[in-house]
Amino acid sequence: MSLLELKDVSKIYGDLHALDKINLKVDTGEWVAIMGPSGSGKSTMMNIIGCMDKPTSGEVLLDGVDISRESAKSLTRIRRDKIGLIFQQFHLVNYLTAVENVMMAQYYHSVPDEKEALRALARVGLADRAKHLPSQLSGGEQQRVCIARALINYPELLLADEPTGNLDEANENVVLDIFSQLHKEGTTLVVVTHDPEVAEVAQRTVTLGHGKIISDKLNEGFKE
Amino acid sequence: MTKRKMFFRMITASLVRRRSRMLVALLAIAVGATILSGLVTIYYDVPRQMGAEFRNYGANMILLPEGSGAFDNAEVDAALSKIPAASVVGVAPYRYESVTINEQPIVAAGTHMDGARAASPYWYIDGEWPAASGELLLGKEIAEKLSTKLGAELNVRYALTEEDEDHSDLFVKENSRKMIVAGILETGGSEEEYIYMAMEDLEALTESAGELDVAELSVSGSQAELQGYADSINASLDGVTARLVKRVTQSESTVLTKLQALVLLVTVIVLALTMICVATTMTAVVTERRREIGLRKALGASDASIIWEFMGEGLLLGLVGGLLGACLGFAFAQAVSVNVFSNSIAFRPLLLPITIIVSILVTGLACILPVRSATDIDPALVLKGE
Repeated sequence: MSLLELKDVSKIYGDLHALDKINLKVDTGEWVAIMGPSGSGKSTMMNIIGCMDKPTSGEVLLDGVDISRESAKSLTRIRRDKIGLIFQQFHLVNYLTAVENVMMAQYYHSVPDEKEALRALARVGLADRAKHLPSQLSGGEQQRVCIARALINYPELLLADEPTGNLDEANENVVLDIFSQLHKEGTTLVVVTHDPEVAEVAQRTVTLGHGKIISDKLNEGFKE
Repeated sequence: MTKRKMFFRMITASLVRRRSRMLVALLAIAVGATILSGLVTIYYDVPRQMGAEFRNYGANMILLPEGSGAFDNAEVDAALSKIPAASVVGVAPYRYESVTINEQPIVAAGTHMDGARAASPYWYIDGEWPAASGELLLGKEIAEKLSTKLGAELNVRYALTEEDEDHSDLFVKENSRKMIVAGILETGGSEEEYIYMAMEDLEALTESAGELDVAELSVSGSQAELQGYADSINASLDGVTARLVKRVTQSESTVLTKLQALVLLVTVIVLALTMICVATTMTAVVTERRREIGLRKALGASDASIIWEFMGEGLLLGLVGGLLGACLGFAFAQAVSVNVFSNSIAFRPLLLPITIIVSILVTGLACILPVRSATDIDPALVLKGE
């Protein structure tokens, strides 16, 4: 069953077609990498799927609900309840500790639970760094805090924008291992990347070019 | 953990761990609250401080016998009972009689020297105040008229009319008393035309006691309070009339009103400046934290939630700044009072919560616009770094 479905989705800025009649289905539990060069429409697609922007035309069905017609208030609620976001620049609040950053996502979703937040950090291997401020963490550690924060509310869709863009190879592997583990546990992952190595480990790769899907293929080397 | 606990944890973390940024805002609020608290303390203390200063200008209320004739000490005491004892700075009862010195007619005033000294502190005495029986205070004009100097002995005569033994005829009896000039009084006013002696000396000279012509009172209080005391005396006592010395009470009232208006104006200006300063700081804080606001919105924070978090920070700053300002303001008011009025000031406990509440309100108002603009931030643009 499709968790996410884009039907003839276009996003037009003046004369520029950032997305041009895109059709895409992502099933529950699937791990999809979206690739493409700069200006191909990856970020626009990420914003629309992440309920941070609306398409000019077309339908975006998330869990059966057309989010292209929802109000800004509803989109905030859907983003909070159904989507976990992972960013290239981590975007942690610099005056909150690792555990407080995770708890902040709980705070907006439901009720903060420090023990659960600590368990989420332990899951990404940061149990002993929970009380550290972001400035005291390495880039890889900050990204893992970001993943723990994205996972804390059990989202239906984990949306990652260039999650390894600012990481060295060792930390990139750590993050991809976590993604692999999450996929095995049934989490639906959509990873926007320009890095072929990151795309290769996903189950399926969708490649964009000039706002259109130029390829959509299952990765032969994908290991379940 | 409850949501409320997490809310306080986030805003205190923002204030404590971003000390250098928040210190500027806190300083603005604390300085504003200090000036506010200090000026309000001075505003309320000015009448007391200036009242004491004004009392140097002499009596501001006089008691007169009702109709013609005299009244006595008991009636003055009854009138004084209508005025709070703490407000009475000095009471000088006077009795005037015609006497002769060196064959020249002169008006002698009997009074209680301590009372006269307290009620008329502006009197300049060349020499000493009479301290013992048999000593005189001479008005400067009289001293010149008699060509008398300090320490001179004068023969004061008083003529009184008496009936003979079978009450069939009247005859004049003359009492005289030798008195020493203890001091010469200079006021620049009509007081220089009299001689002053202790009430007991005048009573001995005239062989009659207890009669008074007028009592001069120096009372601290606003014009309205003084008028209240006078009205109360006039309404409840038959033999006495109380009147305010208008030239003193009205000028006091005018000066106080203008001084208080000035302090009030400065207070309002300081409040406005504080608000502008806090608003500017909060605008800078919001601008600096656009990315963080975008992140919070991306994580699902509602507009109301963002507003409350920033307002919470602002209000907490207002609370701490207000508390600091209330304490520093008292020190400021105390320093002003000691240096300007040479007098210490009383701490007003009510001013502490008032300063804190006003600081919170001012900070809250100053935060509204910048915080409102925080909700317009688009998470997608901010998170992309645009």
